[in-house]
Amino acid sequence: MNYSIKKDKNCLLVAIFGEIDISITDSLREDIDRALDNYGSGQLVFDLGGVDFIDSSGLGVILGRYKKVAGKGGKVFLAGAKPQVKKVLELSGLFNLMEEYSTAAEVIDKIS
Amino acid sequence: MNKAVIEFSSRAENVSFARVAVAAFVSQLDFTLSELEELKVAVSEAVTNAIVHGYGNDPEQIVRLEIRVAENYLEIETIDTGRGIDDIAKALEPAYSTDPERMGLGFAFMQSFMDKLDVISEQGRGTRVKMVRKVRAPGRAAVREH
Ligand SMILES: Nc1ncnc2c1ncn2[C@@H]1O[C@H](COP(=O)(O)OP(=O)(O)OP(=O)(O)O)[C@@H](O)[C@H]1O
Ligand SMILES: [Mg+2]
Repeated sequence: MNYSIKKDKNCLLVAIFGEIDISITDSLREDIDRALDNYGSGQLVFDLGGVDFIDSSGLGVILGRYKKVAGKGGKVFLAGAKPQVKKVLELSGLFNLMEEYSTAAEVIDKIS
Repeated sequence: MNKAVIEFSSRAENVSFARVAVAAFVSQLDFTLSELEELKVAVSEAVTNAIVHGYGNDPEQIVRLEIRVAENYLEIETIDTGRGIDDIAKALEPAYSTDPERMGLGFAFMQSFMDKLDVISEQGRGTRVKMVRKVRAPGRAAVREH
């Protein structure tokens, strides 16, 4: 499995491992959306600590989930991005929409 | 000039193959790890576009990747024979996408991470995306000219 999705306290935690490109984006998008529908969580946390690579297809999945969650008044957090992943996130402008944390544990502590 | 040409099926799982192939071939040049990461993003964007937009996700088509390495620069050309781009200038604009689920940043990343980007496209014929990256720290020359 390249990612795990679980409810942690009052948020939905999506931990992704390895490389995020079009080989996983379709299933990642569907699985997160299903979990959001089931848990109805207003706080979505992406744990990117295990991610070695991301391209614009991956960013599209994050932005799409942000629109969904923010549209219902929720928030999305990005945690643990390694330098190469962070560079791409910075260029994309996603950090202007979502708060950045160094670890997922830190986000969950803060928001629960 | 040292060349490699790879043709592969237009399948999503081959995007990572394309990244690894380029990284392996350019290991003869003096790129830093962070420069290699940038190259991988650029390759990923070009190949993903060929598969997703050029071929509309049809896995039975062929993407061609030409990698050329000279003494102090690298050239990567991604070629598809798919639908082509109607308006190249528009396609190159950051945040422009014909797909609402996408960010429209692929070409923007190719432009930021490479030194030169050339797009040639013809509707119904296909698209060639040529990217050039200079070696910033010339040290040991990778390919000697004789
Ligand atoms: N090889 C191609 N064949 C046909 N059309 C293309 C090709 N490459 C790009 N395009 C067109 O150019 C547009 C812009 O491409 P770009 O990569 O910048 O953004 P995107 O692919 O739409 O989104 P993202 O890359 O952020 O996922 C695409 O939406 C598509 O319409
Ligand atoms: Mg693209």
